[in-house]
Amino acid sequence: MSQPRKPWLGVTLVGIALLLAPLVVGASLGNAWVRVLDFAALYIMLALGLNIVVGFAGLLDLGYIAFYAVGAYLYALLASPHFGVHWPAWAILPLGAAVAGLFGVLLGAPTLRLRGDYLAIVTLGFGEIIRIFLNNLNSPVNITNGPKGIAGIDAISVFGHRLSKSIDIGGFTVSGVMLYYYLFVVLALGIVFVGIRLQDSRIGRAWVAIREDEVAAKACGINTRNVKLLAFAMGASFGGVAGGLFAGFQEFVSPESFGLMESIMVLCMVVLGGMGHIPGVIFGGLLLTVLPEAFRHGAGPAQQALFGKVLLDPEALRMLLFGLALIAVMLYRPAGLWPEPRHRREMGK
Amino acid sequence: MAASLLDVLNLEVHYGGIAAVKGVSLAIEPGEMVCLIGANGAGKTTTLKALARMLPAQGEIHYRGERIDALPSHALIGRGLALVPEGRGVFSRLTIAENLAMGAYHRRDGEIAADLDRIHGLLPRLRERTSQLAGTLSGGEQQMLAIGRALMGRPKLLLLDEPSMGLAPLMVQKVFEVIRAVAAQGVTILLVEQNARLALEVCQRGYVMESGRITLADSSKALAADARVRAAYLGA
Repeated sequence: MSQPRKPWLGVTLVGIALLLAPLVVGASLGNAWVRVLDFAALYIMLALGLNIVVGFAGLLDLGYIAFYAVGAYLYALLASPHFGVHWPAWAILPLGAAVAGLFGVLLGAPTLRLRGDYLAIVTLGFGEIIRIFLNNLNSPVNITNGPKGIAGIDAISVFGHRLSKSIDIGGFTVSGVMLYYYLFVVLALGIVFVGIRLQDSRIGRAWVAIREDEVAAKACGINTRNVKLLAFAMGASFGGVAGGLFAGFQEFVSPESFGLMESIMVLCMVVLGGMGHIPGVIFGGLLLTVLPEAFRHGAGPAQQALFGKVLLDPEALRMLLFGLALIAVMLYRPAGLWPEPRHRREMGK
Repeated sequence: MAASLLDVLNLEVHYGGIAAVKGVSLAIEPGEMVCLIGANGAGKTTTLKALARMLPAQGEIHYRGERIDALPSHALIGRGLALVPEGRGVFSRLTIAENLAMGAYHRRDGEIAADLDRIHGLLPRLRERTSQLAGTLSGGEQQMLAIGRALMGRPKLLLLDEPSMGLAPLMVQKVFEVIRAVAAQGVTILLVEQNARLALEVCQRGYVMESGRITLADSSKALAADARVRAAYLGA
């Protein structure tokens, strides 16, 4: 990473900001907003996973949320009264990463020869198949509990403490959502670290070569089949971890959380932030989680103050503004809001 | 098998139901510079891609005494068989230095830096701008970079696909000077070219391809003098 002369200063500042963010947000805006930060961390993990597939290897995946679903349902099935199994989170999360990775290979294997639009359509279908399976696997044998979803999922425990409960430290109460925040941020940082190491590795260079020109990549001696499958598997495993965390955090999963719109949102985070650029993708994930929430809460009162009444339904307005923002960004910053420096140079900015 | 560097027997390639290459046989000796000429759509590029195992094909390909027609394409560069693809195929959003480094991707020896120096000596234009993105180079420079990248793999046999395509005449001359210099270093070359005049000038031997078959095979001199070749490809 290209850091300025004092890398430790920057790291320390970011560390302090991450540490204080939930406390400041919780005190000023309330715990609902800390919850938004929790989701931002989850979406950042998803965006970083999708960035491997789309940003590094250049494989357009419109069904990425399926891996999130796989991780979430695996957690739900192994830690809930549904089957009466109660595995600990630290055992399920790595398993979720592995199983999601396997699903990534399952998706990747038949699509190796596809690129661009064709690949997008197949992956879109794959995402829908997973969701529809989850929706219908309640008969003849009830596995997923169908559209009703699975409730009563065990909260994630760390050192024997359930994160859903608040904790008292020296008379100061740290709420459950804040505890989840710290767990998610630690794991997200782990994923960032893995992402950076992958990017700088031989595999990372092979991904980029495939993205740029597949024939030339083969001519350079890259086993494009294995390297592509690895991209699908690695990306999917990040999604699987995020999914497991989501299930433990919500204590409830249902198929409707894993629709096409979610896949598109995660893709927007990657593209809007800056494809292939890890800091940009993190920024994109944060922005697209926090801004829509801000609109949801702010649009009604703002109209009330301006016009004396609510003219437009905040929900509709939110999507309208979101769409306009996407168009504007793609017109004026086609490489994303925070692209890789070299990419920006190429785009003539 | 004979001791040729490359021996191709009855190569056939089909695109769906259409036969693009219909039983091509050719042989290349070490150190030779051979061209494959022919009109648009004759199957030259398809033949070359099949030799580099980028396309499924029937027939036998023997390279240095080994049958390579069942090997995956990525296993060839390690054996010294390199392809410079049609349309150059540089990694446009990588720098020149990164492109050249990708050429040595399969290598783990300690002589990569020395080879890089050698290639910079051959292609001084690249040395001047190692951190420039390959996509910002001119067509001719991209072609040179593609050749340089292939050389980073230490090829014994270089398959060149239409290196003159889309280049200004002056640039074509420069690219061919580079190809000559590469051949002078002992690399065997199989050149696919539409520019038959130029190809016959630089190569010792040539094959003429017409609708998927080799119709003539001779020394460049004889081909250049052949009435049919002159009429069809040299515009004389």
